[in-house]
Amino acid sequence: MDYTVIIGLEVHVQLQTRTKLFCGCSTRFNPDHPNTQTCPVCLGLPGALPVLNREAFHLGMKTGLAINCEIPSFTKWDRKQYYYPDLPKAYQISQYDLPMSQNGWLEIEIDPETRETKKVGIIRAHLEEDAGKNSHDESGRGHDSKVDLNRCGTPLVEIVSEPDLRSAQEARKYLEELKLLLTYIDVSDCNMQEGSLRCDANVNLHIHQENGETIPTPIVEIKNLNSFRGVEQAIEFEVKRQWEAWQETKLSLHDVPKETRGWDADRGITLEQRGKEEAADYRYFPDPDLAPVTVTDAEREKVSSELCERPALRRNRLESEYELSAYDAAVIIDQGLAFADYFEQVAKGCQNGKQAANWVTQDVLRELKEKGLEISSFTIKPEILAALLEKVERSEITTKSARTVFQELINSEESELNAASVQSIIEDKGLAMVSDTGALEAAVQAVVAKNEKAVADFQSGKQAAVGALIGQVMREVKGADPKVVRELLIEKMS
Amino acid sequence: MSNTSATASELLAKMNSGEVSSEEITAACLEEIARRDNSINAFLSLQAETALETAREVDRKRKAGEPLGKLAGIPVALKDNICAKGATTTCASKMLEAFTPPYDAHIVEQLRAADAVLIGKTNLDEFAMGSSTENSAFKTTANPWNTKCAAGGSSGGSAAAVAAGFAPLSLGSDTGGSIRQPASFCGVVGLKPTYGRVSRYGLVAFASSLDQIGPFARDVTDAALLLETIAGKDQRDTTSLDADVPSYTKNLEQPLENLKVGYIEHLHAEGLHEDVKAATQQALEVYKSLGAELIPVELPHAKYCVATYYIIAPSEASSNLARYDGVHYGYRAKQFDNMIDMYAASRGEAFGDEVKRRIMLGTYALSSGYYDAYYLKALKVRRLIRNDFEQAFQKVDIIASPVTPTPAFEIGELVDDPLAMYLADIFTTSANLSGIPGVSVPAGMSQNKLPIGLQLLAPPLEEERLLRAARMFERETDWHRQRPE
Amino acid sequence: MSTQLTQDEVLKVASLSRLKLSETEVTALGEQMGSVLKYIAMLDELDTTDIEPMAHAIEISNVFRDDQLQESLPREQALSNAPQTDGKYFLVPAIL
Repeated sequence: MDYTVIIGLEVHVQLQTRTKLFCGCSTRFNPDHPNTQTCPVCLGLPGALPVLNREAFHLGMKTGLAINCEIPSFTKWDRKQYYYPDLPKAYQISQYDLPMSQNGWLEIEIDPETRETKKVGIIRAHLEEDAGKNSHDESGRGHDSKVDLNRCGTPLVEIVSEPDLRSAQEARKYLEELKLLLTYIDVSDCNMQEGSLRCDANVNLHIHQENGETIPTPIVEIKNLNSFRGVEQAIEFEVKRQWEAWQETKLSLHDVPKETRGWDADRGITLEQRGKEEAADYRYFPDPDLAPVTVTDAEREKVSSELCERPALRRNRLESEYELSAYDAAVIIDQGLAFADYFEQVAKGCQNGKQAANWVTQDVLRELKEKGLEISSFTIKPEILAALLEKVERSEITTKSARTVFQELINSEESELNAASVQSIIEDKGLAMVSDTGALEAAVQAVVAKNEKAVADFQSGKQAAVGALIGQVMREVKGADPKVVRELLIEKMS
Repeated sequence: MSNTSATASELLAKMNSGEVSSEEITAACLEEIARRDNSINAFLSLQAETALETAREVDRKRKAGEPLGKLAGIPVALKDNICAKGATTTCASKMLEAFTPPYDAHIVEQLRAADAVLIGKTNLDEFAMGSSTENSAFKTTANPWNTKCAAGGSSGGSAAAVAAGFAPLSLGSDTGGSIRQPASFCGVVGLKPTYGRVSRYGLVAFASSLDQIGPFARDVTDAALLLETIAGKDQRDTTSLDADVPSYTKNLEQPLENLKVGYIEHLHAEGLHEDVKAATQQALEVYKSLGAELIPVELPHAKYCVATYYIIAPSEASSNLARYDGVHYGYRAKQFDNMIDMYAASRGEAFGDEVKRRIMLGTYALSSGYYDAYYLKALKVRRLIRNDFEQAFQKVDIIASPVTPTPAFEIGELVDDPLAMYLADIFTTSANLSGIPGVSVPAGMSQNKLPIGLQLLAPPLEEERLLRAARMFERETDWHRQRPE
Repeated sequence: MSTQLTQDEVLKVASLSRLKLSETEVTALGEQMGSVLKYIAMLDELDTTDIEPMAHAIEISNVFRDDQLQESLPREQALSNAPQTDGKYFLVPAIL
C-alpha cells in the first residue's frame, strides 16, 4: 500500500501600490507606528465608503495575465463576512463567484536532472483587501490582544492553485517560481518577512489500496506559512502525520470536515487551530458600495503588452542566445529582473555571453553577497564591466589582469567610475598585454637557454614542462598573453 | 410669517433686505426648540453654540458684502445618522451613544460651504430602521399636529423639526420611505432623490443599495434649493452619479406642458384609509384641471415590493451593522467570558428589538442554504419591479400615488406587530428598489386634522421634472401653508 | 420555503449574527421572523428563472480612484472612539 501526496496552494501577494485598495492611506510596512496609516474608510467607521484603486486593479490584471489566466469581461466585489478584531467592518471586500482572473497555469521544473517541467493549474486569482494585525499576549497570562490596522485594506491578490502539486519540493518550487515571476513583472516585492507573500497549503493523501481503490484522507489547510523552508517542512510534516493518522484511524475525507492547522516553525509541527468554533458561513453577497468592473479586449491587450518577458521564457532564451549552460541561465534568472538585465547588457557589450556569465555569476554575485548589495546599487555598471571584458575578449589584457582591474574598480568611488576607468587602470598598473613580440621573443629565448632540463623533458614528451617555463616568461614580461607565450615556447623548443 | 414658520427662501429674502439677521433666526429656532421640543422630541442633540457662531459669521460676511453660499444663515437640522465632525452621531442607538465621527459627511461639507447653520441632530428609528421613531433608543418623536400620533420614520425628527418651526430645512435619509412617509405624516415636503444623486459618504449605512439622503422643507421651492446644494458627484462614493446637477430652482415656476400623470387604477393596498384615497383622487383632479392627462399605469409587481424590500434591506443591514462589535468604536459590554462572548454581549445589549430583528432576518436570508431562495430571488424580483417602472415611464411623465395607506397612526399602535408596520411601506419601497426619485407633498388633511401627503415618482435623474410637477400642484393648493397649532 | 423558525434555528442565526439573546427574545424572534418569512414566501409565485439579479439600484461600472496618497488620521483620532486602547493599539480581550 502506498500513497500520492495532493497539494494545492493559496498564495496571498501584496500588490505594490502606493495606497490601499479602497482608500488613500499608505501601504508602507510600518509596524513600529501602529494605527498611523488609517482613515475612516479602512477603520470601517460608520458612513465611510470604499472606492477602488485603479492601479491595484491594473496590477491584478497584470498578475492574472502573467499566470496565463483568462481575464473575464465582467468582475464584481463581494463581502466575505466574519468577525475578527483585525477586520473592522466585520467583512472583507473580496471576490466570490466572478473573480477578475481564472483558469491559468504556471510551469515549474520538477527535475533538475532531466529538466522535466510541469504545468501547475491555477483556478483563480482575485483581488481582496488585507486585514490588520493582531498581536497576542505570549505570556499565557491572558492579557489583552492588540490590534494594529495599518495593514488593513492593503491590496492583495489571492492565487489559488489546482491540487496539482505532488510533493513538498514541488510546492516550494511552485512558490519560488511564482515569487520570481511576480517580482519580474513588478507587481509585488514578495517580501516574505514583511508578509508581502503568504501561503496556505491544502494537503491530503490519496491512499492506494491493494484492491486498486484510492481513498482520499481528510483535507488539512495549513496556515501561517511565511518562508519557503516553512512551506516545505510543514508539508513534509503533514504528509507524515496524515499517513500515521490514516494507519491509525482509517478516516477518509468524507468522514471529517476540512481541518485548519497552523505551522509552528519553532517546534517544526502543525497544530490544530482553535477558535473556529463553527463551520464557516461567510454569507458572501455582492458589495452594494462598489461597482462592477468591465474589461475590454483592448484593455487586456494593453496590459498584456506591458508584461516583460517572463522568467521561464527568458531562461530558455539566455541558453540559446548566449550559449549558456542551463545552470548559468537559471542562476542569472533566479537573481531577478535587474540582475538578468545587467547580465544581458554586459554580454551584449563584450560580445561574449559565456565570459559575461562567468563573471556575472561568480565575481559580481560574490561581491554582491559579501557586501549585501542589490544589483541596482552595484557600483560597477554593466557598461564598465562590458568594457573590461571586451579587453579580455580582444586579448588586450589577460583574465588575471582583468580580475586585478575588477578589484580596482570595486575599490574606486562610484562617482569616479566611467567607461574610461578600465583603460586608465590598465595603464596605471601596466597590465596591457605586451604586443612587442621582439621583447617577448627575447625573454622566451633567455628562459629556454636557462632551462636545459625542462627543454629536454619537453622534448622527451613531457608536455607539462612547458607550464613552469610560461611562469618564468610571464615574470619577465608583465602583461604577456600566456597563450602566446606558450606557443612561442613550444615553437622554440620543438 | 414669523421667523420660525417662514420658508428658507422667505428668510433668505428677509436677511438680504436686512430685515432680520441669521443670528436672530437661529436664536428664534433655538428658543422654539427650548420651549416646545420637550413635547415633540425632534432633537437628539443641539449644536447651539457653534450654530450661533456660524450665524454671526454669516451676518458679518453679509454685511461686509463678501460672497455668500446658497443657504447663507439658514438653520438646517441633520438626521442623527449623518456624520458631522465633532458632533455625536448616535443613530439613536445605545451602540453609538458616545460616537463622535472625526470627519464630515459629504453633504455636511456642502452645507458648510453653502454657509448653512447646522443647528442640531434629529431623532430617528435606531439605525433608520422603522416608520415611527419608536425604535429610537432615546425618545419617540411626536407629531407636531397631534402629539399622541407618530411623526413617522425613520426620519421622524427631521420631519417634525421642519413642521414644528424648529428649523426651516432638514435632512433625512430614505431607504424604504423614511423621508416621504414622515413628510406625509407631518405635512411637509420630503424628497428622496435618485439613487446616487446625493453622496452617501458620511451617511451611516442601513441598506447601502437603497439608502439615499434627501431634503425636508416647508415647500417645494425650499426642497429644490436644498437638493441643488447637496446633489452631485462625490469621488468618495462609488455609487454617486457623475451627472450634471441642474439648478432645480431655476425653472421651478414653469409648469410642465402636456404633462402625463400616471396613476394606479386599482389600489389594492389593504387598509387604504378613505381620507387618503380621497386626497389622492382630489390631487389627480388638480392635475387634470391644470391640463394634465391622467393615464392609468400597470405596475404588475408592485405588490411584491414589500416582500422584496424586507429581504434586501435586512440582508444588507446585517452586513452593514456587523462592524458594531465593541472593538474599534461603539458600545462594549461590561461582562463577558471571552472575545466571542464580548461581541455577542455588546451587540445583544446595545441593539434594540427592531435592529436585532432585521439583523437576524438578513443573516438568515444570506446564510448558507437560504441565499438563493431569499436574497438572490429578491434581487431578481427587484429587476422585475424596476422594469415595471421603465415601461410605465414610456407612457407617463410622473406617477402619482398615496405615500402611506393611512395618516399618522398613534404612538404605540403598531409597535407589537412588526409585519403590519412593514406592510405600510407598500407605496414607498418601490422607489428605493428601482432607484428612482420620489417626493411627498402636502395634499390634504384627514378628518382628524392629520396631514396627508401625495407621492410623485419620476424616472432616474428627473428631479427637475418631479419638482416642477410638485410645484404645479402646490401653486394650486394651500396645504403646504398650513401649520400645526 | 420554511416559514416557522425553531428555537435552534433562531439560536444558530443569533450565533452567526453575534447576538446574545434572552429566552424571551428567542421566542419572540422565532414567531416574528416566521410571520415575515411567511409573507415573503409570496415571491415564490414568480418565475424568475431567466431574470438577471439586480444588486445595485442604478447600474454603473468602472468607478476608480487614482493611486494617490491622502492624509491619514492622526493615531489619536483613529483611536478616539475605541472602548479600550493603550494609546497605540486597539485592545481586545485575549483572542486565543
